[in-house]
Amino acid sequence: MTRKIVIDPVTRVEGHGKVTIQLDDAGQVTQSRLHIVEFRGFERFVQGRPYWEAPVLVQRLCGICPVSHHLAAAKAMDVVVGAGTGAGLTPTAEKIRRLMHYGQIFQSHSLHFFHLASPDLLFGYDADPATRNVIGVALANRELATQAILMRKYGQEVIAATAGKKIHGTGAIPGGVNKCLAVEERDRLLKGAGGPLNADQMIAWAQGALAFFKDYHKKHKDFIDGFSKFPSNHLSLVRQDGALDLYHGVLRAVDAEGRRILDDVDCQDYLRHFREEVKSWSYMKFPYLKQLGPEKGWYRVGPLARLNVADFIPTPLAQEEFAAFKAATNGKPNDMCLHAHWARLIETLHAAENMRDLLLDPDVLGTDLATKGARQPEGVGIIEAPRGTLFHHYAVGEDDLITMANLIVSTTNNNEPMNRAVGCVARALLTGAKEITEGMLNAVEVAIRAYDPCLSCATHAYGQMPLEVSLFDSEGQLVSKKRKPV
Amino acid sequence: MSAKAPRKIVATTSLAGCFGCHMSLLDVDERLLDLIELVELHKSPLDDLKTFAKECDVGLIEGGCCNDENVHVLTEFRKRCKTLVAFGECALMGGLPALRNVLPLKECLDEAYLNGPTVADANPGKIIPHDPDLPKILNRVYPCHEVVKIDVFLPGCPPSADLIWDALVALVTGRELDPQYRSFKYD
Repeated sequence: MTRKIVIDPVTRVEGHGKVTIQLDDAGQVTQSRLHIVEFRGFERFVQGRPYWEAPVLVQRLCGICPVSHHLAAAKAMDVVVGAGTGAGLTPTAEKIRRLMHYGQIFQSHSLHFFHLASPDLLFGYDADPATRNVIGVALANRELATQAILMRKYGQEVIAATAGKKIHGTGAIPGGVNKCLAVEERDRLLKGAGGPLNADQMIAWAQGALAFFKDYHKKHKDFIDGFSKFPSNHLSLVRQDGALDLYHGVLRAVDAEGRRILDDVDCQDYLRHFREEVKSWSYMKFPYLKQLGPEKGWYRVGPLARLNVADFIPTPLAQEEFAAFKAATNGKPNDMCLHAHWARLIETLHAAENMRDLLLDPDVLGTDLATKGARQPEGVGIIEAPRGTLFHHYAVGEDDLITMANLIVSTTNNNEPMNRAVGCVARALLTGAKEITEGMLNAVEVAIRAYDPCLSCATHAYGQMPLEVSLFDSEGQLVSKKRKPV
Repeated sequence: MSAKAPRKIVATTSLAGCFGCHMSLLDVDERLLDLIELVELHKSPLDDLKTFAKECDVGLIEGGCCNDENVHVLTEFRKRCKTLVAFGECALMGGLPALRNVLPLKECLDEAYLNGPTVADANPGKIIPHDPDLPKILNRVYPCHEVVKIDVFLPGCPPSADLIWDALVALVTGRELDPQYRSFKYD
């Protein structure tokens, strides 16, 4: 008997996804898919809006990493207002934005590791689903939970100080930023107000989280190394000299052997190198490197890909960890899915070091906030969001209204790898299984979670249908029913 | 907060939202550790309970309805939760996704899948996603109160952590909700 297994909704990820797995008579997996089930239409409805709205509008794609969209849109609009890229901004503007970004990397990575993924590690992926969650973690290990909460809080405080608000702030504007740090804000973030919320404590906790993972890895080596492992290409921004840089750089991709298949590509030229395939069964598109085509040109993005692509990390503590990470695969790209957690925690440490260094830099107190030059008709902004490379591309008319918007969000870049990961785990665990347990299905989600997908970001039916509305009273009795006209 | 009182059961969901309201809920920070003494979290994207196994005291809804699946989930929440809270601009008014309400849906789909610069020459079959496994998109984005009765509305994009905290504590302890102006004054 053929069977269809549905995991709906995929949980402990951000956004809306669903997995379907088809099994044939012999219990073999014949098809597996991760469907992104929502569609928003941002590309169309931002058209006609003034360009300076883009950084505040488009971040509403995602409430976990709004800063990424905020900054990618601002970077694209930097080009439009003639401020150029990278070194075009004033030192204060660039450093405030970097601080905002590393604050976000820190909070988002902490959230993912502790709040969303750690229950699978602490309790096992086949533990009771009633306790296999962040509340279970808090009840079992209050100290770890407190630390997780405070790490996320610190990152959010850094965002609030630079963007004005923890979620959906307004700090970046085309050509710069609209605020610097006040001395009191800087001191509070650097030293904490007598409590643990200070820059050095964050570095220490990030090191603690890494130690926790490495210890877990030692004890569960087969699981961490063998789970959903498959070769792929990897894409990331890197600094011109090959350093890990999550805010700005050039595009580089390597293949499964580490050979560069894309190198030194200026962000403004992305269109020459990237295309997206559309498939009927998901609202999320499938990006690929144009020169290699959709079959061979797909790639991973995110922490694992970034550490596979970069040559070194420009902060000392994270660099030490990076060296150990590279040594584990003899310098070759690491294709072990759950090693993404390791890479993510190394980046968390890097973000903590960066935040401290930026807070110590007097430029974050400067008052030269924005710049502009000759107006340009279009601009591309690319950033390494917590979940990977994020592309924003806009064209703006002479009337300052947006005429075109193209977004390739981080999670979309991981579409093919996540689908492969689902297939990999489904085949390994479900093939010929007499009974399909909840734990097995959660294992499929564990593979998806390793990519820390932000499925809301990626929601970019046919058949429009009118809404039928039924009004119930508090007793559950139907009061009235109406059909809205199309 | 008496430890002996039975914990109230809370379920949450994100419909056509961005998850920012759930993030703002997490922004109650250390108070999360108090919250778990007060409430039992049932079906939520923060845990792995995918269906309702019991009646809930409070349901928190983020996002409006942009497809038939959202309507189904919202209706289910109305049936299973005594008090339904719409939190955040999208649940209250449709929010940013409702910017598409002034446009034909077809234009939005065409732009995303046929006309965009990275798909225009890469989609020879002119495919626009449609599949029995994908929900049907509604003609426009609907705020929650146009679909079911909503008991409590918390404004903001997102509502502040303080507002969410005050409202949740009031609802699960049976106190009168007395929102402070500072907790919903934005920008």
